[in-house]
Amino acid sequence: MPLLHVDDVVVQFGGVTAVNHANFEVEQGSITGLIGPNGAGKTTTFNVVTGLQTPTSGRVVFDDKDITRMPVHRRSRRGIGRTFQRLEAFGSLTVAENVRTAFDIHDGFAGLFRSVQNDVDDLLDLVGIANHADDRADSIPTGTARLLELARALACDPKLLLLDEPSSGLDESETEAFGELLQQLANEGRTILMVEHDMDLVMNVCDTIHVLDFGSVIADGTPAQVRANPVVQKAYLGYSDDGPAGDDTAVLPLVNEEVVL
Amino acid sequence: MNEFLSYTVIGIFTGAAYAIAASGLVLTYSTTRVFNIAHGAIGMFFTFVYWDFSQRQGLPAWLSLVLVLGICAPLTGVLLQRFVTRGLGTAPVGVSLVVTVALLVAMIGIATQIWKPEARAIPEFFPDKRFDVWGIVITPQHIITLVLSLLVAGGLYVLLARTRVGTAMRASVDNAELLGLYGGRAEVVSALAWAVGTSLAALGGILLAPQIGMDFYLLTLIVISAYAAAMLGKLTSLPMTYVGAMALGLASSYVVGYLDKFPGAENLTGLPPVVPTIFLFAILVLLPQAPLRIGQVKGLVSAPVPSPTKTGVWGIGLIGFVVLLVSGMADSTLLNVGTAIAYGILMLSLVLLTGYGGFVSLAQFAFAGVGAVIYSQVEQPNLFGLAVAIIGTGLVGAIVAIPVLRLTGLYLALATLAFGQLMDKLIFTSAWAFEFNNPLKAERLSVLGYKFESLTSTVIMMAVFFVLVAFVIIAIRRGRLGRILIAMRDSQAACGTLGLDMRWFRVGVFAGSASIAGLAGALLISMRMSITANDFLYFNSLLLLLMAGVWGLTSITGAALGGVFMMYLPVAQGENPDIAGLLFVLLAVGAIILGRNPNGLAYYLFQLPRWIQGSLFPALAEKYPGMALRAQEYGFGRRDDDDYDDGDHNDGDPGGDPGAGPLAEEVDTHAVAAR
Repeated sequence: MPLLHVDDVVVQFGGVTAVNHANFEVEQGSITGLIGPNGAGKTTTFNVVTGLQTPTSGRVVFDDKDITRMPVHRRSRRGIGRTFQRLEAFGSLTVAENVRTAFDIHDGFAGLFRSVQNDVDDLLDLVGIANHADDRADSIPTGTARLLELARALACDPKLLLLDEPSSGLDESETEAFGELLQQLANEGRTILMVEHDMDLVMNVCDTIHVLDFGSVIADGTPAQVRANPVVQKAYLGYSDDGPAGDDTAVLPLVNEEVVL
Repeated sequence: MNEFLSYTVIGIFTGAAYAIAASGLVLTYSTTRVFNIAHGAIGMFFTFVYWDFSQRQGLPAWLSLVLVLGICAPLTGVLLQRFVTRGLGTAPVGVSLVVTVALLVAMIGIATQIWKPEARAIPEFFPDKRFDVWGIVITPQHIITLVLSLLVAGGLYVLLARTRVGTAMRASVDNAELLGLYGGRAEVVSALAWAVGTSLAALGGILLAPQIGMDFYLLTLIVISAYAAAMLGKLTSLPMTYVGAMALGLASSYVVGYLDKFPGAENLTGLPPVVPTIFLFAILVLLPQAPLRIGQVKGLVSAPVPSPTKTGVWGIGLIGFVVLLVSGMADSTLLNVGTAIAYGILMLSLVLLTGYGGFVSLAQFAFAGVGAVIYSQVEQPNLFGLAVAIIGTGLVGAIVAIPVLRLTGLYLALATLAFGQLMDKLIFTSAWAFEFNNPLKAERLSVLGYKFESLTSTVIMMAVFFVLVAFVIIAIRRGRLGRILIAMRDSQAACGTLGLDMRWFRVGVFAGSASIAGLAGALLISMRMSITANDFLYFNSLLLLLMAGVWGLTSITGAALGGVFMMYLPVAQGENPDIAGLLFVLLAVGAIILGRNPNGLAYYLFQLPRWIQGSLFPALAEKYPGMALRAQEYGFGRRDDDDYDDGDHNDGDPGGDPGAGPLAEEVDTHAVAAR
């Protein structure tokens, strides 16, 4: 059963169409990848799903409810959490306080009567940044800040987690650990939709992949299907003659200067 | 019918002048993302320059106009962009507001310094000629205004749509950085926008001066009309700005013309000047929800919060200090001390709103006035009466904030400016409040049956209130609410996606801040027992913000010092009337320099002990080896001060800068006190 349904969404900025009749679904409990060249409209799609961007037309259905016109905070209450490509950590607060604030906001008045200290520590342990707990969030490395954003989003106990390039800034072993963390989260029943440029990570952990190019979904399928899809190869690499692309590269080249589509 | 046509014609001409002023505002805002609150003040200043050229020095009107609009104004605009407002577009809105408010105050300061208050007038162009068209009198001034506004509209259209630099201007709206990468010179574009914008402000002022009068403050308030007109185009669309200006001109004209036809109009004599304000609120209510800003504002280093013990020691110390200070003091000095304390409480209201929350209010004195008015209506005021004043003012604050609920912080600040002016002109002059500067009377406060009859005891009681409010604010800062406030300042997008409904939260914070201001007003009137509307002029709210910007918006120390100097400013001006204007300029320059760091001078004060340790102790230790040991013994020179409880239980020092060590509020003095 799909948890999220993006239905024919169009976003125009002046004369530029950032998202062009995008259609895709995210299955309950899956890890779904949203990939595509730079400027394909991935982050804009995230903004539409979370409510930071009002679509020009189209619908967003979450958990069987049309949320297209719902304000940002009410979507969060219904179970959508996210991280940002351009970091939005609370820079003046410490890492622990960032997560604590998320609990404060999520718990509302009920939070006055419970201590969240253990929950904060658990989340920081879970994502593996407990050693940074007392550092100011604007002083930590990018990769750590992304993990912080993940911990902060998890504090709100989301059903659907949107991760915008979560692994950029992580080294190879950290990325591997991160992939395991994602699978653990999915096993706990969370649904994950992520924009990611590290193809190894995407191919390893995703159940389904949607490929965006010029704001439209040009391919869907399992990692193997997407990898073999000539349209995708064309969009990414500008050619489509030989076999699966990117087998030996950790990261596919993602600059779309050669895009022919 | 003829009468109606006459008012329509006058409305169109007034609208044309508003349109000129408003298009300058739109041009600078849309190109540099700096909303220039000083737009009207700049227009005022150059109107006086024009008066000086054409009337005092006797130059022909056309030459004066060319000199002002062609040379003085654009040159000033370029200099302002270069040295004052540069880079403000990407700064937090609070910072850019403090700087442009400082510019406004500086303009008034310079103008009052150069041109001593006296009766002046700018005559209309060709005052002797009158045209009679179908029984309607039209003056050359009207025609010139209309023609100029059409020329401005046409000129701006050609500039923006048909020239390279105009294209660059429109591009710099979207992304100045990117424009630079493509070879556009964003700085040149900004400078040009400010040059043209300043000229248009000047032209608007000069055209409106015969109608408004040569008044420093009334001409400055043209910014509200310009802003109201520009709001229709969301501060970016020039055609909609013209429509808004025309609608506003007509509305003003009809109100002037037909007000006395309505019953009860004698209570609304203050209405005509506030038509722009009412128009503005009407548009604000109709505007759609603004999107949340994505793109992080960098975390700010703010003054760390002292521990509860330390706060307590300091609070009692401050009260003790006031008790010693006021014993045997003359009444006139006592009144000054009490005023300083009341202003200090007003400053505390800004600490909560601006220092922690990042929102700006330009109407704290108006809220204080509301508190004073409510308090004065209470018979035999006691704590309950005080609570009524506090809560009542909070409700008024909520009413101001609700129309801008869905908009960004800039609009909230501008709505407060409009509100302050509304209170000045309409409410505080009405019969049930002050009635044309008649003093408003009130009784002294009684607390739990004890009535504070003497001035001395009242001042001490006020000091206790200051400390109590400071406790509350520090408690908020250390708790959940404070964390959420800071989180909201750092990233609205993140707060939204975590489930925070910022609209009502903001209304709540704003109402809370207004209540504190209401308390300050109530205490002020309970001390003086008689007060006039002049004590709550909107202009004071601007000075208050600048004082707060200079002394620091993030600490109690900053608020206390700011309160003292806020009280002292008019005293100093009264004692030295020759340099009254210069004192405004001094304050404004201070705010421009320090305004980019919301921690203000208080922050440097906190750093002083550390600096002294760092530079003085090693030298002394070399000379007297025993010193070094003693220093360690007493906790000097250590980075982690045990006495210093850093915020909440297990988390670090909220908002502190770990790199700079514990810049604890009064940390050094505290270490001394601990001995």
